[in-house]
Amino acid sequence: MSKIATRMAYGEALCDLGEKYDFIVMDADLSGSTQTGMFAKKFPERFFNCGIAEQNMLSVAAGIASTGKPVFVSSFAMFAVGRAYEQIRNSVCYPGLNVKICASHAGVTVGEDGATHQYCEDLSVLRSVPHLTVVSPADAVEAYAAIEAVLKHDGPVYVRLGRYAVPTVFDKATYKFELGKAVPLCEGDDCVVFATGVMVAAALEARDILAKEGINISVVNVHTLKPIDVDTIVKYAKKTGKVVTAEEHTTVGGLGGAVAEVLSEHCPTLMRRVGLRDRFGRSAPAGELLDRYGLNAQGIIDAIKSF
Amino acid sequence: MENQYFLAERAAKLRYLLVKALHCAGSGHPGGSLSCADIVTYLYFDRMNVSPEKAKDPDRDRFVLSKGHACPALYSALAMRGYFPEEDLWELRKSSSVLQGHPDMVRIAGVDMTTGSLGQGVSAACGIALAGKADGKDYKVYTILGDGEIQEGQVWEAAMFAAHYKLDNLVAFVDYNGLQIDGDVHKVMNPTPIDKKFEAFGWHVQVIDGHDFAAIDAAVKNTDAVEGRPSVIVCRTVKGKGVSFMENNAGWHGKAPNDEQYAIAEAELAAAYDKAVKEAADNE
Repeated sequence: MSKIATRMAYGEALCDLGEKYDFIVMDADLSGSTQTGMFAKKFPERFFNCGIAEQNMLSVAAGIASTGKPVFVSSFAMFAVGRAYEQIRNSVCYPGLNVKICASHAGVTVGEDGATHQYCEDLSVLRSVPHLTVVSPADAVEAYAAIEAVLKHDGPVYVRLGRYAVPTVFDKATYKFELGKAVPLCEGDDCVVFATGVMVAAALEARDILAKEGINISVVNVHTLKPIDVDTIVKYAKKTGKVVTAEEHTTVGGLGGAVAEVLSEHCPTLMRRVGLRDRFGRSAPAGELLDRYGLNAQGIIDAIKSF
Repeated sequence: MENQYFLAERAAKLRYLLVKALHCAGSGHPGGSLSCADIVTYLYFDRMNVSPEKAKDPDRDRFVLSKGHACPALYSALAMRGYFPEEDLWELRKSSSVLQGHPDMVRIAGVDMTTGSLGQGVSAACGIALAGKADGKDYKVYTILGDGEIQEGQVWEAAMFAAHYKLDNLVAFVDYNGLQIDGDVHKVMNPTPIDKKFEAFGWHVQVIDGHDFAAIDAAVKNTDAVEGRPSVIVCRTVKGKGVSFMENNAGWHGKAPNDEQYAIAEAELAAAYDKAVKEAADNE
């Protein structure tokens, strides 16, 4: 299985879409990392570097979008979202402007840069902001497809991208992305794992291991956290009676929180949440951090077996 | 320029409307609305190529009230220009009204940018100016900042950005009335020298009396000739201008007059308006 970071797919998607559509791309001095640099090279007249000033960047993007032109803004998630949260809320989301916040280096897979740069609260923070659509692609194929869907969607969107090369689980030739639709990847009656981002590949790996033990699980890829796909979540909770969520993110308010909200209203079901337990990350290679915090197939298996 | 007696009459009416609106609302920000009233009047009754008929025209000039709490001045100008009936102003801040406590571009006809959180409007104005350049349009973008507002770090991020991208289609006014909620801006967090700061950031800078229409007009016309950099016009103004007991009083930053206070203010503003109408007629 090949491994590609979702940020690479983002850079490619921007370059391809730039040929067909008129939009602006902005970055805050991280274009080499977020991969907006690919677009900057190809369409220099439509790229604007804002320097290390994320708050200004988000409000500038709102101003551009007010003239009718979509804007992609990128930086590390920590700064594009954490630093500029209020600009996202007040300049972009309140007026519902067409700004696409595509932030890379989300989660602990930032790795060696450590906790100051590992944003693991972005999904919970942004899921609570009205008007905003929140997307967390699982692999490069999904990220590439998501960017076109996000561009065609009228309104603000957050897309969570990663630095780390993740296994490609989808087939580019056949993959179709639909905003707001959770995607069942395999069927099993013993438990359902709702996974997002890098944890989708981990869930599929857990599925293979458990199958050999005679435990059959469903895996559902929740690439859109908002609006959340209530019907699919309720359907699989009813089918299996046991729910696990898996995300490279705090267990507070992200996918685990979103699924718990849905189920407590529609179909109370016992749950386990795999994610970061109210803690910061630390410096280490990304793969080691995933293992250290149980953000892997074994972590999911342990959760399933703990029911 | 339009006849300055005409502008003075429009400004007198605008002040009358905005104070009445605030009284009806029972809350809001009279001091900073009155201090920037003449600048807003100049923009909406002389300078900008805007009208209700072309409220969404991509070529129109734009106005971003970065100090969004002064929106009673903006709403009054929009009502006087026919974007909505003047009677709507009496519903300001009420659940029945679209007129929000701070400018809302989605709900309110004629509002070009949602503002209210200080520092963000000037950045948005930069974005509109940048988009205009990218699209080869010749509209201008005007924004008004408060002197307290420029304590926000984002303002200086925007100042750097506007100069870097040579946004000579952007004109910012600083409503330098010297007062913010907690008192004298120089004592709360001294923003001076305002002119030299903008100059150091690469802006074309002018300092004028923000209640003198001839000075406002001359300064804005000067910006037309500025190439390759943004312009700022630092306007010395009087907080609460036009209502005797509100003038230069920080206590009137964020509260509406009660019935008794309004009776006095209304009488003053009505007398000023009548006088301005007469002068405009005499000098037509």
